[in-house]
Amino acid sequence: MSLLVVEDIHKKYGKEEVLKGVSFSLEKGETKVVIGPSGTGKSTLLRCINRLTPPDKGRVLLDGEDVTHPKSNINKLRAQMGFVFQDFNLFAHLTALGNVRLGPMKVKGMKKDAATKLAMEELARVGLADKADAYPAQLSGGQQQRVSIARALAMSPKLILFDEPTSALDPELIGEVLTVMIELAKEGMTMLVVSHEMGFARSVADEIIFMEHGVIVEQGPPDQLFNAPKHARTGEFLHKITELYGETA
Amino acid sequence: MELVFEWNWLPQLANGLVITIEITVICIAIGIVLGLLLAMARVYGSRWLSLPAAIYIQFFRGTPLLVQLFLVYFGLPTWGISLPPILSGILALGLNTAAYQAEYFRGAIQAVRGGQLMAARSVGMSLPQAIRYVILPQALRIVIPSWSNELILMLKYTSIVYMVTVLDLMGTGYRIAARNFRYFEVFIVVALFYLALVFIVTQLLRLLERKVHIPGLGAGARMEHH
Repeated sequence: MSLLVVEDIHKKYGKEEVLKGVSFSLEKGETKVVIGPSGTGKSTLLRCINRLTPPDKGRVLLDGEDVTHPKSNINKLRAQMGFVFQDFNLFAHLTALGNVRLGPMKVKGMKKDAATKLAMEELARVGLADKADAYPAQLSGGQQQRVSIARALAMSPKLILFDEPTSALDPELIGEVLTVMIELAKEGMTMLVVSHEMGFARSVADEIIFMEHGVIVEQGPPDQLFNAPKHARTGEFLHKITELYGETA
Repeated sequence: MELVFEWNWLPQLANGLVITIEITVICIAIGIVLGLLLAMARVYGSRWLSLPAAIYIQFFRGTPLLVQLFLVYFGLPTWGISLPPILSGILALGLNTAAYQAEYFRGAIQAVRGGQLMAARSVGMSLPQAIRYVILPQALRIVIPSWSNELILMLKYTSIVYMVTVLDLMGTGYRIAARNFRYFEVFIVVALFYLALVFIVTQLLRLLERKVHIPGLGAGARMEHH
């Protein structure tokens, strides 16, 4: 069974149906990149998966456990799904170290010493061991995003959801975040990434999911989507964003 | 006209000052606890929690403090509840400041960026955990300036307890002046006592604000900080 199964997810905001039945699955160790025009429901889809936004209809299964069931232990399930936000959302009152170890301490009940050791390892993994004592406001955007990845990693998640992790960053800071993400993909982390970084998608994605108007238009390996898309719209969109964003990674 | 001050006022006023400080400290403590609960009921509570909290706050902010004090001191005995003067004062002032503090806490909680709560939940924290470890530590820092104002106002408002015969700083001054008719001199000294108290409290609060300041965040930096 797939690590993550997303089944027929629907979500309405008022009268507007943002997601109109989205289904796909993610195997352990896979990286899938979700692309599509803005306002297509990509971020909403990610938030439906860990129920930060509860879907109106449909099911999400993590390792066979129903995330969307009202009686599921949502906090326990969320702890198994890392989430990296577009605007980082580091806890503003805590140092980088404090940010990374808070989850292990409060959610997993880890002792402070053990959590500190773990957090330092995760910070080293994203190349920020020397910034452990810095507060978010003292870090660049790229550094903040790497801390937030370390924060997700410290929970030893089964998969990590990335919601446009580089789109709030200055162009020269994007590379450092993508490098960390590429490294994670290589280490076998399961990742679902909403992003327009085509270079990243081409080099690490097992599949690209192209969404528009709340539905999946097409999904498949990057080569197939880039070179032989089944839908004209897919080719058109890929062509446009490659032109716009280039291939930074 | 000649001004006359007497040294023997000072020990009496000092006793009154102690009462004033006691009332202030207890009221502020009641206000913090009750105010935080009210604020959380307003922000996170269902309608059935939020609405009573809103009515409470509206009542205590919408009616004069003196009316509230009289309701407690003269009104409660009607229902068989007779409180000593000082307890009446503490109860009325505590319930009153809770309403004001609730509004300051609510504003501060809402000033914490929305992504903070989401990030806390995404790590697997429950709502109470997220409030305790992520929202409140930030909200309590944000609230310090407006909360300081409330503390200083409260400190001075405690003077109304003299109306129900409490011998706080004000009540003691009034009693001395009523005996020797040196109203001007006595109340100048009383005013200086209050002034000194307010000055000390202001300095302590500034110290607190500096001590808990989050490095890298300027006073106006919240907005630009992504």
